[in-house]
Amino acid sequence: MYPRAMEDSDCVLVMGSNMAENHPVAFRWPMKAKVEHGAKLIHVDPRFTRTSAMADIYAPLRAGSDIAFLGGLVNFVLNSERWNQDPFFRTFVSTYTNASTIISSEFRDTEDLDGVFSGLMAYTGDAEEWPFNGFIGEYKSSSWKYAGSDTHSRGRIADTQRSGEQANDGPGDERTKRALKNAASGPPYDRMVQALVGAPELRDETLANPRSVLQIVRRHFSRYTPEMVEQVTGCPRDLFLRVAQTILDNSGAERTTSIAYAVAWTQHTYGVQIIGCAALLQLLLGNVGRPGAGIVALRGHASIQGSTDIPTLYHSIHGYMAHPSALKPHASLAEWLVEETQPTGYWANTPKFMVSYLKSMYGAAATRDNNFGYDWHPKIIGDHSHMPMFVAMNEGRVKGMFCIGQNPATSLNAKLERSGLRKLEWLVVKDNWLHETSMFWKTAPEVRSGEVATADIATEVFFFPSSQVAEYDGSFTNTQRMLQWHYKAANAPGDCRSDMYFTYELGKRLKKLYANSTLARDEGFKHMVWDYESDDARDRQMGEPGSEKILKEINGFYSDNPGRHLAGAEDLSDDGSTSCASWIYCGVFPSPGENRSANRVADKPGVRGAQLGWGFAWPSNRRILYNRVSADPQGRPWSERKKYIWWDEAQRKWVGLDVPDFPETKPPTQQPVPGATGMDAHSGTDAFILKADGVGWLYVPEGLVDGPLPTHYEPAESPVRNPLYRQQSSPVLKYWNVAGNPLADVADPKYPHVITTYRLTEHYLSGAMSRWNPWLAELQPELFVELSPELAREKGIANLDRVRITSPRASVHAKALVTRRMQPLKIAGQMVHQVGMPFHWGWEGLTTGDVVNEMSALIGDPNVSMHEGKAFVCNVQKA
Amino acid sequence: MAEAMGFFTDPTVCIGCKACEVACKQWNQLPALDDARKTLSGDSYDNTRKLDGTHWRHVKFIEQIDEDRRDGRWTMLSDVCKHCVQAGCLEVCPTNAIIRTEFDTVVIQSDTCNGCKACIAACPFGVIDINPVSNTAQKCTLCYDRLQAGMEPACSQACPTDSIVFGPVRELKERAARRVDQLHAAGEKRAVLYGADEKMLGGLNAFFLLVDRPEVYGLPPDPKMPSRHLVPGTLFTMLGALIVGLVSIFNFRDRRADEAGRD
Repeated sequence: MYPRAMEDSDCVLVMGSNMAENHPVAFRWPMKAKVEHGAKLIHVDPRFTRTSAMADIYAPLRAGSDIAFLGGLVNFVLNSERWNQDPFFRTFVSTYTNASTIISSEFRDTEDLDGVFSGLMAYTGDAEEWPFNGFIGEYKSSSWKYAGSDTHSRGRIADTQRSGEQANDGPGDERTKRALKNAASGPPYDRMVQALVGAPELRDETLANPRSVLQIVRRHFSRYTPEMVEQVTGCPRDLFLRVAQTILDNSGAERTTSIAYAVAWTQHTYGVQIIGCAALLQLLLGNVGRPGAGIVALRGHASIQGSTDIPTLYHSIHGYMAHPSALKPHASLAEWLVEETQPTGYWANTPKFMVSYLKSMYGAAATRDNNFGYDWHPKIIGDHSHMPMFVAMNEGRVKGMFCIGQNPATSLNAKLERSGLRKLEWLVVKDNWLHETSMFWKTAPEVRSGEVATADIATEVFFFPSSQVAEYDGSFTNTQRMLQWHYKAANAPGDCRSDMYFTYELGKRLKKLYANSTLARDEGFKHMVWDYESDDARDRQMGEPGSEKILKEINGFYSDNPGRHLAGAEDLSDDGSTSCASWIYCGVFPSPGENRSANRVADKPGVRGAQLGWGFAWPSNRRILYNRVSADPQGRPWSERKKYIWWDEAQRKWVGLDVPDFPETKPPTQQPVPGATGMDAHSGTDAFILKADGVGWLYVPEGLVDGPLPTHYEPAESPVRNPLYRQQSSPVLKYWNVAGNPLADVADPKYPHVITTYRLTEHYLSGAMSRWNPWLAELQPELFVELSPELAREKGIANLDRVRITSPRASVHAKALVTRRMQPLKIAGQMVHQVGMPFHWGWEGLTTGDVVNEMSALIGDPNVSMHEGKAFVCNVQKA
Repeated sequence: MAEAMGFFTDPTVCIGCKACEVACKQWNQLPALDDARKTLSGDSYDNTRKLDGTHWRHVKFIEQIDEDRRDGRWTMLSDVCKHCVQAGCLEVCPTNAIIRTEFDTVVIQSDTCNGCKACIAACPFGVIDINPVSNTAQKCTLCYDRLQAGMEPACSQACPTDSIVFGPVRELKERAARRVDQLHAAGEKRAVLYGADEKMLGGLNAFFLLVDRPEVYGLPPDPKMPSRHLVPGTLFTMLGALIVGLVSIFNFRDRRADEAGRD
């Protein structure tokens, strides 16, 4: 869901986020719900923050214990009288989730194996050329699958599996062979998709089968009792129960609860599982796809959603398709299609998306005979995300780096990142200011201390001044998946140029360099379509490309008539007759002169609507995804109050306040066609159209590399033993065991406290955009560490004292901010102190301070390689 | 005169984001701190510390959390010039630099201010101070320039949660009364308006909702006009003169007696 939809919520749980401080504008909507119709606001957080200040209930918890808390909520709901008696919940869960699906008899839960799932083994997947994937273990996940599925059902799989870092059950069976044969004779690829269709899953509609998802979920969470929640999280039992009861009271046919999270859920070694646990809870409560219901992924940057849609990520290509990988059966287009296509549900259209993408890359050069240029496309050889990249840099395996809109000299285990930068031959920094990364060779702490001499650093550093967002035309995509066009308001000063300029110019020069190459590997550059000359004379003179030309390539057009734009993803074909960079954005620019992201028609005040005239939300301008579930199985609204999309029998179609996220004329009574592909395989109640089986997943049979159900693990560094299982932390997390990256032992007395790091409203990320602004610098002029009066007393620290904070990686200094907003918590009988530090500071700019990230470790989530910056250990002493 | 315009500031929905402080500084081109305050205050998240000549909005942070953490509150309140109907600053200004505008707001005109500081002492709220750039007394103008152009003040426009609401004072009072009722109904019985009625300096055109005693927010419980001291002051002067006169007479008499005794 998206922030504005929170105005319809009856209860808002903010957890893993300090929404008021870090998303103050989005926070307008939960505040509106609170003030205008008395919605309950709950904040669960290690610190009492400006979000807590607005909350009806503030519940403290130990940083990193979120799954224990959420698991407790799941257990509470499943055992509550209301959930077991209100027909809404039973109908919702049995119709719209996989609660009734039977799981393989080979599956063993953490209940059976004391904290691990079946299939755990040693990791051996690193490629010789890139041994940086970092896994400490690996699951063979075949036992987690639906019973009766003879092979993997080709669901959408995790990043790590998509990039091939971790094995999945690859092809080799008869079905795959048949599909490959059919793919080779395509396009069209319909027969290939047909060949991939497997046996339907087994279900028990009574939900009583012990191997049904619901029963497995019940058993899995049975130990997450309120007493256990208190033991693990430190949240007093009565407070936890108040939170649980409030959420349950505000869920059902008449009322909805939303959950908002941000990077305090993602930055863990089990971040994906925390979010998965919230999704499980919301599916159980029917809080998905309905007004005021769902999970809001609050974004840390203005267009971070856009940067995953049109990805700056290494593992995916446009529209969430897997990046071709050398580690997967991706040797040819046919193999890629067989590996990545899901035969049932909307993803059955994958061949259309992929061929149209290749046409956008290589234009007329991409033909049926050369597999649309697939062989020219680069392939990845492992985890190329931030942490492994810097590990590789430290080993001298990376020659150069373009650093655009990032400040790694103050990033994770920052000393190690700076030593990586010193190994580069060249570094290009494009930013507003000469921030720490552009100055690491001259003013970094280790240079000033004499530990490293500038003369010994061979890295050649180039700095390109950057223009600001108001100085060029372009679009933002926010967490609502909504594109909003913005116009240039002023010319950029001096030599400042946009990032588009830089990328366009770089591409042009590279194409020129490779123009006469006869090497096969350079064919891609030679054929790459790269023509975005601006129609504006001044922009052309400055070398700035035309933004709308890029938007046109993303939206797509007909190959034989580029002036004719595609009106929507339904227009895509798999034979090369359409070009479309990103199928999900198709329809944003349906005809020349009709840029829907520039639409600015708001709904009339007081009229219920979804603001469909404002911007363009992908896909197809839908605002709430899976909104079919806002109606009951028969297609009627669950309640007048929560009416959103419903079946109109007279018109024989779905109507309502939003664009239906469902085939418009498919009646609720429609039965699936046995053996069919695509949407025909789904019934009139299969609302989750992107899922192969059409339902929301309480239990995740494939796709995640660390288990089908969320399980509480301790952070990689913790002051306590895991109170729930023998398994201490995630058995498959990513850790780079290199010099300078040591970890503390469990309950190490040298590092007795939990530390969490975060942002303040007044600054932005590494401070590269805020520490140079005098109006922001004066609001938070110095680095501080927040600690409780209890800990301060214990350590003889007074408010504003200079304090030294030490982790196994580094020590930093900061002023003490002693406040009761921090509190010690009793964890499994032991008093645990938590301290908090903002990570905005560095040694350049108008306000300077130590680099807090020097203390963090290169350790991460196994699914997405996100680091664990929200919970690790430290010591605090008066300096 | 156009209708009286003002602010209603409601700390129960203030998230302390300080967007008002920054929007004010940006629009009015006020410099950042360049004094000893460029250090951490140690007083919650308040580092600009007070209203003065370069801080025309100031967010206060008040932490009230019990030792056992069972009950806690962190209140943020965006303070500003109150644009008093009976404005002490306006009354004492010797150069008539301080005027009442057609919006019933109080504005200091920099070009006729001689920096005498009389208004600083006259303001019961401590709103005014010298802006070191212009060397004149300055404070919130309620964005007089924006109002003249039909625009909303910068601070209220930037406020994401409508903690600062701008509008005709009459409408703001109705809105504020509804909010107080709502809070009372929700169990917050301490909710009360500060400066919304005429008893306080004829009414504050920028008034507040409070959920504690005014002193907790650094606001005077009973602010007074400087001229209010005039009547008793005059009496004291007369009484003083009388006493001095009498003492003198007795003194002279005594001295005369002394002198007589020496003879």
